[in-house]
Amino acid sequence: MSSAEATAGTQRGELSDWFRERISHAVSEFTAATALVVLFIALTFASPYFLTADNLFNIGAQTAVIAIIATAQTMVIITKGIDLSVGSVAALAGVLGAMVVRDLGFSLWAATAVAIGVGALAGLLNGLLVTVARIPPFIATLGTMSVGRGLVFIITGAVGVYGLPRSFQLLGNGQILGIPFAVVITVLVAVGVAFLLSQTRFGQYTYAMGSNLEAARRSGIRVGRHLTGVYVLAGVLVGLGGMIAASRVNSGQPNYGISLELDVIAAAVIGGASLFGGQGRIVGTIIGAFLIALVRNGAVLLDISIHYQQVIVGVIIWAAVYFDQYRRRRLESRG
Amino acid sequence: MGAIPTATADSDQQPTDAEPPVLEARGVVKRFGHVEALRGADFTVRRGEVVALIGDNGAGKSTLIKTLSGVHPPDEGEIRVGGRPVQFSTPVDARRAGVETVYQDLAVADDLSVAANLYLGREILRSGPLGRLGLLDKRAMRQGAAAALDELGVRIPRVTTPIAMLSGGQRQCVAVARAIIWATNVVILDEPTAALGVVQTGRVLDVVRRARDAGMSVVLVSHNMPQVLEIADRVEVLRLGRRAAQLRADEVTTDDLVAAMTGSTNVDRDER
Repeated sequence: MSSAEATAGTQRGELSDWFRERISHAVSEFTAATALVVLFIALTFASPYFLTADNLFNIGAQTAVIAIIATAQTMVIITKGIDLSVGSVAALAGVLGAMVVRDLGFSLWAATAVAIGVGALAGLLNGLLVTVARIPPFIATLGTMSVGRGLVFIITGAVGVYGLPRSFQLLGNGQILGIPFAVVITVLVAVGVAFLLSQTRFGQYTYAMGSNLEAARRSGIRVGRHLTGVYVLAGVLVGLGGMIAASRVNSGQPNYGISLELDVIAAAVIGGASLFGGQGRIVGTIIGAFLIALVRNGAVLLDISIHYQQVIVGVIIWAAVYFDQYRRRRLESRG
Repeated sequence: MGAIPTATADSDQQPTDAEPPVLEARGVVKRFGHVEALRGADFTVRRGEVVALIGDNGAGKSTLIKTLSGVHPPDEGEIRVGGRPVQFSTPVDARRAGVETVYQDLAVADDLSVAANLYLGREILRSGPLGRLGLLDKRAMRQGAAAALDELGVRIPRVTTPIAMLSGGQRQCVAVARAIIWATNVVILDEPTAALGVVQTGRVLDVVRRARDAGMSVVLVSHNMPQVLEIADRVEVLRLGRRAAQLRADEVTTDDLVAAMTGSTNVDRDER
């Protein structure tokens, strides 16, 4: 229809365009933030333990791991990909980080570097499977998920890595001026990645590839290299997240992170990242991560079984993706 | 079929043209397995003209366009830019030589803004060390995009609008504008108005005219004969993988074009 181009009366049209443009990003973020606030208030009334310093600290640290890994997931989702391997890669990184401390006497920082390196390698593998072997991201990372989990069990003999010095806990349970150390790291990661995505060429290419890979390729962007870079960077964050998770429980747990991918995909999608690629912002993802952490925490406080938590997270994913599709249809049905 | 004389004859045809053609295909052969899509095709584009490339389905138009834009390197024959032979092995090579192409399936990123699309792959970075870190100069790109679109007469709400929110015609205008902005020699448009309504088609053709008036050469692939005669200065007809005719648009009718395409008569006025 050419009414969209009509010469007269563009004033109002332009204003509403501008509004839609701004609002399209903000809508899902606003919805998620509202849900977050409502849930927070509800839990305050529902449980006397909720609004306690200890519990809030706990939520902060719990959110940190989900938020960091959901940030990684968001980058991948923006490229129209998905990373199902985050849980097992985080476990692998955490377990290896714990082992080098226990068996080789590495410092916590050196161990963190090892964990990050493990994540980066897994990310590189995912990236090469997607770009060079041309395996769809869903399948490529599903394979990595299985291989990673298998390796964790092989390396540990399915037994947790214990006997770590107390200093190992610093990353997950330490604090600076009463703020959990993990939260500080999360803020740095979130700000860094948000800046990368919104202000740099790397970010621009990330959105472009997810939006129209062929267009990106024809524009002379070396899509293979950039896509691999996104997976590697995501892997780095997953490794870091895995290390923080291990530090929190002062041990390397081979079972850690099973179905973590659902939590972080939910966090990203709740925050407005689109599984159709090209859309997603870190602000939204952080809100989403908080929401998921709050659901988990609230369920524990209210004595709701972990199985019901699974059900709740699943329903949240449905709702978020449905909402995303609805939003896209509305945005594109214009003109 | 072979009775139609082509390259050998018409290279002497324009003795007054001192300047070599901006883009030229000479005896291009392209095979896909056993199929010979181009059998020694010739094609000429001179500076500042709109050349329509027409031909029946399967005549080799798309293949010819793709050899000229670097998608399919030719098996035989050569491509010249400004009289100099060039090798286009990738679309990037063609773009470096100043040849930009807009394909039928618009290569725009829907989620990115108009400005981001215009600068996609050619982003302006901040000056200094920040730029070396890949920091975008978004303001410079916004201003550049607005100025360029204004010059081409492309009207869109604002350059920060995501492409997804534009109408079909506006999208096409942005895609065409993008090619024109970056092309230094030739813009190739493959069926640019096939999916558009009358008003929107008019807009796109206006953009093409403005580009031509600014000295750009435009190659237009089209099935729409009246449109071809309306906008083109010259028409080159492709049939069975070879050039069947070169015609001046103001000297022929749509019937002549159809005749040349189907080979029912040998209309080739440049030959006389």
